[in-house]
Amino acid sequence: MNVSVGLVGRLGALAALAAVVVLLPAALSNFHTYQFAFVGIYFIAIVGLNVLTGYSGQISLGQGAFMAIGAYTTTILSVDHGVGVYWTIPVAGILTGLIGFAFGFPALRLTGVYLALATFALAIAVGLMAKSFDGLTGGGGGKSLHLPSSPIGGVAWQVWLYYLTWAIAAALLAAAWLILRGEFGRSLRALRDAPIAATSFGISLARFKTLAFAIAAFYAGIAGSLFAITVAYVNPDTFPVALSILLLTGAVLGGLGSLLGMVFGALFIEFAPLYAEKLNNSAPTVIYGLILLAVLFLMPEGAAGLIKKANRALKRASRRE
Amino acid sequence: MASFFQYVVVGLSNGGIYATLALALVLIHRATGIVNFAQGEMGMFATYLAWSLIYTAGITYWLSFSLTLALAFLGGMFVYLAIIRPFSHRSELTVVMVTIALLVILNGAAGWIWSPQQKFFESPFPLSVLSVRGVVMSAQDLGVIAVSAACALIVWLLFRFTRIGLQLRASALGPATSRLLGIRVTLMLGIGWGLAAMLSAVSGMMAAPVVVLTPSFMLIVLTYAFAAAVLGGIDSPFGAVAGAYILGVGISLLSGYVHQIGPELQLPVALGVLLLVLMVRPNGLFGHPIVRRV
Repeated sequence: MNVSVGLVGRLGALAALAAVVVLLPAALSNFHTYQFAFVGIYFIAIVGLNVLTGYSGQISLGQGAFMAIGAYTTTILSVDHGVGVYWTIPVAGILTGLIGFAFGFPALRLTGVYLALATFALAIAVGLMAKSFDGLTGGGGGKSLHLPSSPIGGVAWQVWLYYLTWAIAAALLAAAWLILRGEFGRSLRALRDAPIAATSFGISLARFKTLAFAIAAFYAGIAGSLFAITVAYVNPDTFPVALSILLLTGAVLGGLGSLLGMVFGALFIEFAPLYAEKLNNSAPTVIYGLILLAVLFLMPEGAAGLIKKANRALKRASRRE
Repeated sequence: MASFFQYVVVGLSNGGIYATLALALVLIHRATGIVNFAQGEMGMFATYLAWSLIYTAGITYWLSFSLTLALAFLGGMFVYLAIIRPFSHRSELTVVMVTIALLVILNGAAGWIWSPQQKFFESPFPLSVLSVRGVVMSAQDLGVIAVSAACALIVWLLFRFTRIGLQLRASALGPATSRLLGIRVTLMLGIGWGLAAMLSAVSGMMAAPVVVLTPSFMLIVLTYAFAAAVLGGIDSPFGAVAGAYILGVGISLLSGYVHQIGPELQLPVALGVLLLVLMVRPNGLFGHPIVRRV
């Protein structure tokens, strides 16, 4: 009975969230709607990161680098090869997923900290590579895309991009939930918590960890593609190391191992820099760092963990009555 | 042939900068089992302190250098005792996240205090050039090679021949046993972090005249140091230093002879080589495989 109560609660939260997402543009100016489109993009990126870090326990500092690959795929295909910009979204996701899969092979040798190192190097290397292959990427000057206009009359382009992003985010959230609730998710968690026992039960460590890596990269590729479409411009500095760090921070803040918690993480990634910048130009980074440290110390399970705790406390209180 | 030796000297100089930081990473990893992502930023912050001592307080270079090392030692101990130790019983993921938070904080703080604009940082070595049988070497490169080699030697002597070195090694290997034998393990680990911070400070002050001083100038050095440490085996101080020199010389030769590899591609190439090495020898060239029994 307890399980179904939890499920009903979660479905309720999901329905409330869906309603907020659908109705939000009506309450906001076009500019703010545009900002919330970025929240959707970051949400996609950290849901993918959560599959890797939250469920399979591998630390990745390369999510921003994979976003860059997705963004460049979209840009190059649509600007240089005339492919319709929306068709490039799945292509970017799949290509980035394949690259993630290929990177996952050597990365498998790298448990825990080593993987963090390798992905950190990837995050630093990707911008430099974009700069040096300037025939393909446009070098340091970057490349501009056409800002898509809304196909529906009377709808502003910001609102159109917002709904496009969140529709894809919803589909990918559902996909992540389906993947993780079944055998795949169980195997990942088993490998995370007890690698030796899980391997003894016949779960292939190599296969599942590489797949988790590929899934995270796929999500990042889609997010990067949407980012390129939404900003309509990409250059090597669009996806700095700081973005990869911020994505990991957002995932930890939202609560690793909780998909819905990622909404808080995505809100933090989009809005924390904007508010902190008002204080001082260099202060934002100090403030994230301090927030991250405080979260790690005080609420290791992030926002999602905090809500869970509050829920339990409420239940205990209601039982007493 | 002359150009070959020139590339080697430049490579050894760069390798020395990586080696000093890689040594710091390995010290921390052996002592506390942590890979410290903030190691480069600790060096960066120390370099800014040195900058202030030289250009704001007007103190001579080598006195500022020594003062900075002392401050770095205290700072490293403080970081361990105040920030890392409270998380010591948490999971590996949490501790790595803490060092990333530290990276972000130090990077932001440096930009806040000293502004993110580029700064000139002087080299202690003369601008002159030496020529030995047609091989042209800059005094700068030779100086960096000497300083980094001296650092590696001092660390080795300290750990191998002194009482405190023995206590440091014992605390890293068996903290519980060491504590029972009367070693103050917490203090020793703090000293280990202090030493690592000093090494990062040296690396930063050697790198700053070559690169320019900005809050992010150590990130690339850190990446090379990681690569060197992984290449040599992250538990082997000798391996980390050797890995750094191999990496430095290898990249210098590669970009000297293969003209397609510009300055921007050096790091991606190094990363590619690193991944290849790891596929063949996952524990690095000089590391020991970890045997696990079920």
